[in-house]
Formats: sequence, structure tokens, C-alpha cells
Amino acid sequence: MTGLAVEAHSLVKRFEGQRAVDGIDLAVPEGSIYGVLGPNGAGKTTTLRTLLGIIEPDEGWRKVLGEQRPMRAAPRVGYLPEERGLYPSMQAKEAIAFLGNLRGMTLADGRRRALELLEEAGLGEAAGKTIRQLSKGMAQTVQLLGTIVHRPRLLVLDEPFSGLDAINQQRLEGLIRAQVADGATVLFSTHVIAHAERLCERISVIAKGRVRFDGTVAEARGRLPQRVQLTTRQAEGGWRAALPADVAADGRRFTFALPAGGIEPVLEALIAGGAGIEALSIERPSLHEAFVDLVGEPVPQPEAGEVVP
Amino acid sequence: MRQLFASAWVIARRDYVTTVFSRIFLLFLLTPVFPAIFGGVFASLGGGDDAGGRTVPLVVIATDAPSAQSLVAAHERLRRRLGPDALPDLARQPAADDGARLLADHRHGYDAALTGSLDRPHFLLGAHAPSSLSEDVGLIVDTARADRALGGAAPVPVALGAARATAPPETATQDRTGIAKAGQTGLFIILVMLAGMSLSTFIEEKSNKVIEVLAAAVPVDAIFLGKLCSMLAIALTFVGVWTVVIAGGIIAFKPAMLMGLPTPAVGWPTFVALLIAYFVGNYLLLGAVFLGIGSQAGSPREIQVMALPVTMLQLVLYGFASAGVAHPDRWISIAAALFPWSSPLAMIARAAELPALWPHLLAILWQIVWLALALRVAAGMFRKAVLKSGGSGWRWSKTKTAEAVESIFPP
Repeated sequence: MTGLAVEAHSLVKRFEGQRAVDGIDLAVPEGSIYGVLGPNGAGKTTTLRTLLGIIEPDEGWRKVLGEQRPMRAAPRVGYLPEERGLYPSMQAKEAIAFLGNLRGMTLADGRRRALELLEEAGLGEAAGKTIRQLSKGMAQTVQLLGTIVHRPRLLVLDEPFSGLDAINQQRLEGLIRAQVADGATVLFSTHVIAHAERLCERISVIAKGRVRFDGTVAEARGRLPQRVQLTTRQAEGGWRAALPADVAADGRRFTFALPAGGIEPVLEALIAGGAGIEALSIERPSLHEAFVDLVGEPVPQPEAGEVVP
Repeated sequence: MRQLFASAWVIARRDYVTTVFSRIFLLFLLTPVFPAIFGGVFASLGGGDDAGGRTVPLVVIATDAPSAQSLVAAHERLRRRLGPDALPDLARQPAADDGARLLADHRHGYDAALTGSLDRPHFLLGAHAPSSLSEDVGLIVDTARADRALGGAAPVPVALGAARATAPPETATQDRTGIAKAGQTGLFIILVMLAGMSLSTFIEEKSNKVIEVLAAAVPVDAIFLGKLCSMLAIALTFVGVWTVVIAGGIIAFKPAMLMGLPTPAVGWPTFVALLIAYFVGNYLLLGAVFLGIGSQAGSPREIQVMALPVTMLQLVLYGFASAGVAHPDRWISIAAALFPWSSPLAMIARAAELPALWPHLLAILWQIVWLALALRVAAGMFRKAVLKSGGSGWRWSKTKTAEAVESIFPP
């Protein structure tokens, strides 16, 4: 039986009177890839920090790898914060070993494994360079390797894709999948939906400190009715009365939600009225649309320089 | 508990290794050399126009020969009693009338001139000579006249001996007060140089954002403890290197310097042990507070602003502790020994002056109690500061959201 890697109940965290996290429940199954989605400022980072024990919740409780006090699980957890940070004067190899050392590895083991990981990542020649000498992308990779150097059972990544180019994003996705294949659990936050859509088995959508949705990606999409796109040859006619009330018209193009009774009654009315059907499609809503619907506010555009394949 | 110490060890080792094995630490280690070099240079520059650093005035005797002879004899006798600095030096010149001309000759650097004879002396002061010089020379002339009046039948100088009513007290002798002051001042100077560092040690992690990684991996108290211990280890390295250099230098080149030293009341080995103990105690007491205060700063600029009041605070503590150094049993000394942050400074002075050991045991226990308290309070401040750095992240991302929304819907 698979248990829960992370469990949270009614977490509340206030900052200066404001509720940054406002009663969040989470259940991350062991061995899954779990995404926390939400616009910037939704409380994702605060939620993750509370889960990890960096900050204590004002109300509610959480369990990480079976520990009520997350610090006890620290040697089995890896964490990549949103604001990356390494000591600039440290060598790449030493920085990775130090991060492992913090999580209970010996320095010697850490160095040995750091060399292996750097070699695997194609950064073998950077092992002896200081963080200051590395490019931003390389430094990010070094930090990521430092996050997994101690073979954590739970990997928590806060906005791991931000600031990475398309190739590095793909690499990161591969790395996340490899970790899960080894039996680890990955919990990550993002405001870029495409990543969650491709990677996650389950997601939580957070907005204004609350969970708006919790379930699979398919369930999130299923919450919205399918969309009908219709183009007619005629612009006007009695047949227009047959279109649902929520229709959006753009000349001879109409968009509306699939009616509860199906598309057939509408089609019959259109054919009988001589509207002339030029194009018709019925589409499943994207996760993006589901997200907008859930969050109730526009989704921030991907950051400049960030590539969303 | 084990996780706390293991984590603190990881943090401390990183801090120590990065600090000590860096080029900048060599510079730091050499810091005391610079004032010494500059001191030497300025002293030699200043010495040039100070007539060879002579402090005793020079008076030229240009009287008739018999007067000059008896003056020099009187001068010699007086000096034997009064010591070498009490009276001016004398230089003889052939008899002359014009004292002013002798003084005008800068080659000799005379401060005053005595012409004429014992019966009719003419005395002339140089422009920079103190007027009290005429009284000093007057005493020499008086003595010479008295000798001449007695015609060589002057009584032999009496030897009074140095018998005392009671044995000299073991405590508070002049020499031991010197040791007490030296111990106290040495401790203070090292603390001023080193404790200030702990103000800024936290700013590194804060500015390069490593703090988030640290706080996620180890308890915040372990970060605090690790930082404090590495600061202490760095300070001890600094002190250790210099102790070896200075002690080695003295033993190798001037072993005689050690002979003249008075022994502290508790004896040298105990005194040195107490010196180390009080240094560690004082460093940790101050370091804990500074680390707590320093963690409140958001930028290096704020650290700079804090540095002055913090140094002032140390000066006040030093002043408090040194106020009673000559009288270790007065209320001010006791008060300084009781107040935890001045206690180490006050107690090291006491160790030089009084032989009893039990007050030190008591003081060390007392300081440990306060250290535990200070650690708790400072670690609390530190923890709050670390968590606040998360709070600002929250505010930051809120403004970022506002920007993102604005980029979609321009106002």
C-alpha cells in the first residue's frame, strides 16, 4: 500500500495580519509527481516553506515522510528554493558536497557523488570552478544536483523551471522523472501550466492562500464543459435562436459551451434554418482554461526569456 | 539534540574553513602589524626634531672653573638621591659672560645657561625651557654653596635602610595592578577587534540567499550555534597565532623581558588558564548578542551603522571593569564582576591581584548561566530574522503579481 509522502491539514500562516496561507489541505501520494499551481503571490512558496518546517504554521498540522516535525525528515528531503543561493566562492563540487553534508551525508561521500552527478550532467570540467565562475544556468544545475545528492525520498522544488532555457527545462523534466522512477516523490510549484500538464499526476490549484482544486489534470479539465466552435456561411437568420444563451459571436464565428443536451438539437435547428455549416469543432478545455476558471483571474504570462514548449 | 550539534558542526566547519583558508584572512591576521609599523615610522619621524628623544633639559655651566667643579659635584650628589630624571643634565663650557650667545648656538641644544660664579650666578632660560628649571638649578647652586661653606666637612650621606612596620601586602601592589590592567586591556583590545565580526557574519547568507537552503535543511538554532562557534574558533586562531609569534619572539630574542615580570596573585599557569577562560566567556557573551543584533540588519550598510554603537558599548563595559582595577574589593569592582558582560574583564584583573580561586569558579558559573540566557534570547532574535526573510519574499511576490496583472491590463 502506498502512503502519503506529504500530508497537510488546514494550514494557516499569517504575515502581518494577512493570511498568506488560509486553510490549505494537501495529500501527496508516495512516488507521485505532484504540482502546486497558482498565480504569483498565491501562497505557493509559503505553503512549501511551512511544509518543510522553515516556518511554523499558525494553525493546522502537517506530516512529511511520516514526521510531524518536518526537521526530523530533513535528511530524506531535498529542497530547491525559488530564490536560488549558493556560496559564490565555493567550488561546484564543494557546494554540492556541502548541501549533502547539511542533509546528513559525510563530506567525503558528498564530494564523490558530486563528481558523479556533475559528470552525468555533462559538467565534469566545472567541478573545480567556483560558483562565481559558472554561468547562471550552470549554477542552477549545480544547485539542483546539490538538492538530489543525498538521494532524497521527497524532492520539493519551488518554481524549478523559472529562469531555465528550453533545453535545461527538458533536462529538468527528465531528472524529475528519473527521481520518481527511483521511488522518490516530487512536489513542485509552478505558475506555468504547461509543465504541470506534462509532468503531474495530481495537482492542487492554489489562489489567495486557498486550495481551489485538488485532483488529476483530467479532472481539472473535466470541470469545464467542452467548447463548441462553429462557423456558418450565413451571418443572420432565425436559426440563431437555437444557439445557447452564453454564445460569443464574432461575425460568422460562434463559440459556446457544449449544451447539456448535446450538439445534435443545435445542429438540427441550424440545418433546418439554412445557416450553412462551414466548420464545427468540439474541444476539450485546456488545463490553462480550467486554471483561469479556477483562479478567477488572468494567468500571468511566462516570464521574459522563459520558453514554454 | 544530536541533530542540533551535528548540524551546527557542519555550519561551523564551512564558516571556519572558508574564512581561515582565504587570502583575506592573511590580511586580517596581519592587521596588528600595520599599526606597529606606522607607530615605528611616526616615532622615528617625530624623534628627529626632539633632539634625540631627550626628556631631561640640558643646562650649560659656563662659570669660573672652581664654581663649575663644585656645581658638578653637588649635581652628582643630588642625583644619587633623587634619580636620573629629577634634575637637568649639566654640560661644561669655558667661562663666558654672554649666556644668550651660548643658547643661540643650536648645535648643542642647551635649554638654559648659567654664567658668572657661585657668588654671583647669572641664569638665562632658553625660549622653550620650562620656568621651573630655574628652581632646579637653584637647588644645585644652593647645595654647592652649602658644601663650600662647610669646607669639605659636610656629613656623610646617611643610609636609612628599608625596614617596614609590617610585611608588604600580597595584594594590590603597584606591579600587580599593572598586570591586572595589562590583562584587562589586552582582552578588551582583542575583543573589540574580533567581536565586531559577528555582527556581519549573517549578512553573507542573507545576501546570497543561502539562508533559505540552510533553514530548510537544519534547525535555525543550529545555524546560530554553528556561526557562533566558528566565530570563536576564528578568533582563537587569530589569538593563537599571535600568542605563538609574540611569545616565541620574546623567548628567542629577549628572554630577559620575562624575568622582570611580576607574578600574578594566582600564579602564572592559573592566570593564563583564566585568561583563556574569560576570553572565551566574554567572546561568546558578546558574540551571541552581536549575532542576534546583526541578524536584524537587512544590508551591509545597516551593519556599518550598528558598528559604532556596538564598539561604544564595549568601551563602556571596559571603562566599568577598569574603574575598580586598583581596588578589587570596592563596590565598583564587585559590581563590574557581577554584571555578566563586564564580569570577565573585571575578574581577570582580580586574578592578577588576589590569590583566592573560588570567586573565579563562581564567576565562571555565573557567566555560563548568563551565556545560556543570552544564547536563548539571541537565537530567538535570529530565528525571527530568518523567518522574516521569508516574510519579505511573500511581500515581494505580491508586488510581482501586481506587476504581472498590470502587464496584462495596463491601467
